[in-house]
Amino acid sequence: MKNRVVITGLGVVAPNGTGLKAFTKAIKAGKSGITHHQKLADLNFSCCIGGIPQVSEEKKLAYLTPLQLRGFNSNGILYGCMAGIDAWKDAGLKVDKNSELDFDSGTIFGTGTSGIEKFREAIYKVDDKKVKRLGSTVVVQTMASGVSAFLGGILGLGNQVTTNSSACTTGTEAILMGYERIKSGKAKRMLVGSCSDDGPYIWGGFDAMRVMTYKHNNTPENGSRPMSENASGFVPGSGAGALVLESLESALARNVPIYAEVLGGHVNSGGQRGGGTLTAPNPKAVVACIKSAIERSGISSQNIDLINAHLTATTKDALEIENWTKALNRKEGNFPYINSLKSMVGHCLAAAGSIESVAAVLQIKEQFVFPNINCEAVHPEILALISEEKIVKAPLKTKIDIVAKASFGFGDVNGCILFKKY
Amino acid sequence: MSKDELIVKLKQIVAPYIQDEEAFKNLSEDTDFINDLKINSANLVDVVLDVEDEFDIRIENDDMEKMLSVKAVIEIINEKLAVK
Repeated sequence: MKNRVVITGLGVVAPNGTGLKAFTKAIKAGKSGITHHQKLADLNFSCCIGGIPQVSEEKKLAYLTPLQLRGFNSNGILYGCMAGIDAWKDAGLKVDKNSELDFDSGTIFGTGTSGIEKFREAIYKVDDKKVKRLGSTVVVQTMASGVSAFLGGILGLGNQVTTNSSACTTGTEAILMGYERIKSGKAKRMLVGSCSDDGPYIWGGFDAMRVMTYKHNNTPENGSRPMSENASGFVPGSGAGALVLESLESALARNVPIYAEVLGGHVNSGGQRGGGTLTAPNPKAVVACIKSAIERSGISSQNIDLINAHLTATTKDALEIENWTKALNRKEGNFPYINSLKSMVGHCLAAAGSIESVAAVLQIKEQFVFPNINCEAVHPEILALISEEKIVKAPLKTKIDIVAKASFGFGDVNGCILFKKY
Repeated sequence: MSKDELIVKLKQIVAPYIQDEEAFKNLSEDTDFINDLKINSANLVDVVLDVEDEFDIRIENDDMEKMLSVKAVIEIINEKLAVK
């Protein structure tokens, strides 16, 4: 049994827009969500800018109960619940705490770490010999599967409820895992996505590795510069993206609008061989992953209209483009359009793949290409591979049928998905 | 502190955790936290922490296990306050 899988709901909490409407407007306009954070400066961070979604206290109460918010200090779980609940409602499904248990619906909602601020609170109390004072809220907010546990209960999901984790590939991987589950007939609907905490405790390690830019503390909106000649490292971001995947049969039976179809995809690893390390990709595996994703989708690489790339604004951008040219066997003027959402929201880490996939699907739904901002002068190594007109710099209205989305993560892991207009 | 005063304070403490409004409205000495107020058993430790903070007392494991009803909690609070 092989079901076709479609997308019937989207939800997003991103640094440049909370909620689908605000996010769509932001990416169409090329609006940056990167701001300066005094807290990072006070803590002697080299990079004092980042992307943090704006969520008011009032807004939180629209998603979580006062009891759930008591002692709550896990912004990743908050963003994940908001995006997940939004996507569920967007798909025309009900959020009702007294709903019937639904064995046909589940969630795979990934994260990198969970509740890092809550974890910090707990560590201070434990070291102060006050372990009893932790209360009941520490475990559920710091367990990796906290976000899927919250969502499973809010939505009454009775199919698989789990959290995946594969660094910056997490979100893309979650979508593919949910896709496989529906395709093989094990579920009718899967809420898939990912979330990431923000703040100094999650970003500190990256700052120490000197992979984040320290050159734009006074010009935050110009900080995230994928493909640019003067890209100087990534800008950290956070948030969550969520998609409701559904068998085509179920979506048609419910008579709900379909955003796009998931044609297929692939995940693999470079095994930290052949140039791959814990932190760098093995190019051979990246090419193999993209090729396999295309093959499994039953299309030709020539049919791809747009690449929604991983491109973080580090020295590896040119290598990623080179890998795409090899995997697609397309270059220069024959290369598809390419863009990176990170130019507007930064690198949302574990949430990147899902937020960017929401952006990829929106471009199919509304037939446009969002602009790469901060890419006035393209890196010469990239211009040697593809034509400059393929790097869209201003919002473009055009026919978009198939989008390839890829994410690559620490651990030398890769993921690539093909979305198609339904 | 009189029993009525204690019940008023306790009512404020348990308010965020209760799942049964009707039982909460009629809260009395005989009210049971789990059976009547439908408080999630995981939240009982939070009720105890809030009691500790409100009355500035420390509640040990043995006492904590008994704190399942308004009556039991009032008894323990009084014991602790008496030796303060």
